[in-house]
Amino acid sequence: MAMPAAEIEAMIKAALPDATVMIEDLAGDNDHFAATVVSEAFRGLPRVRQHQLVYNALQGRMGGALHALALQTSAPE
Amino acid sequence: MDNPVFAEIQTQIDQNPVMLFMKGTPMFPQCGFSARVIQILKHAGVPFKTANVLEDPELRDGIKTFSNWPTIPQLYVKGEFIGGCDIITEMYQSGELDQLLKEKGITTDAAA
Repeated sequence: MAMPAAEIEAMIKAALPDATVMIEDLAGDNDHFAATVVSEAFRGLPRVRQHQLVYNALQGRMGGALHALALQTSAPE
Repeated sequence: MDNPVFAEIQTQIDQNPVMLFMKGTPMFPQCGFSARVIQILKHAGVPFKTANVLEDPELRDGIKTFSNWPTIPQLYVKGEFIGGCDIITEMYQSGELDQLLKEKGITTDAAA
């Protein structure tokens, strides 16, 4: 029930190719992560929609294989 | 709206201006993320209702589909999905949550 950070990053980038993704393994257990995702795709969208784009990119793993991914999203400055 | 639990969720978010779907109860949250949102709502000083998804597997799955959101907790204000723990925390820290509650006409204890 774990997922390496590189896999998370790859999935996000596959869906949002322009994204800058920074992932931190919070507990060192491959199960509790914090991700910061910056993508042009987020511009003008409410936060809920921004996070939904990331969750969609993870194709159902969030809440399943991936227990905890604290998300921060934004469009490039 | 084909899942029977959706009607139940709709009723709850219609009837309760601030409605939190969580793991556990406000007294005994059973997940750190739910606990954090409870802390924030208490701090904001608004009345809120909660539903414990751990007591109801259909609700637990149903709310994820209903909101198109994979995790719990989930906060609704006046029938609108506001977000999960990360978004609520970010909004609380930036002052947006207070502003949103005010805009939606939710009276806070602090304002009295």
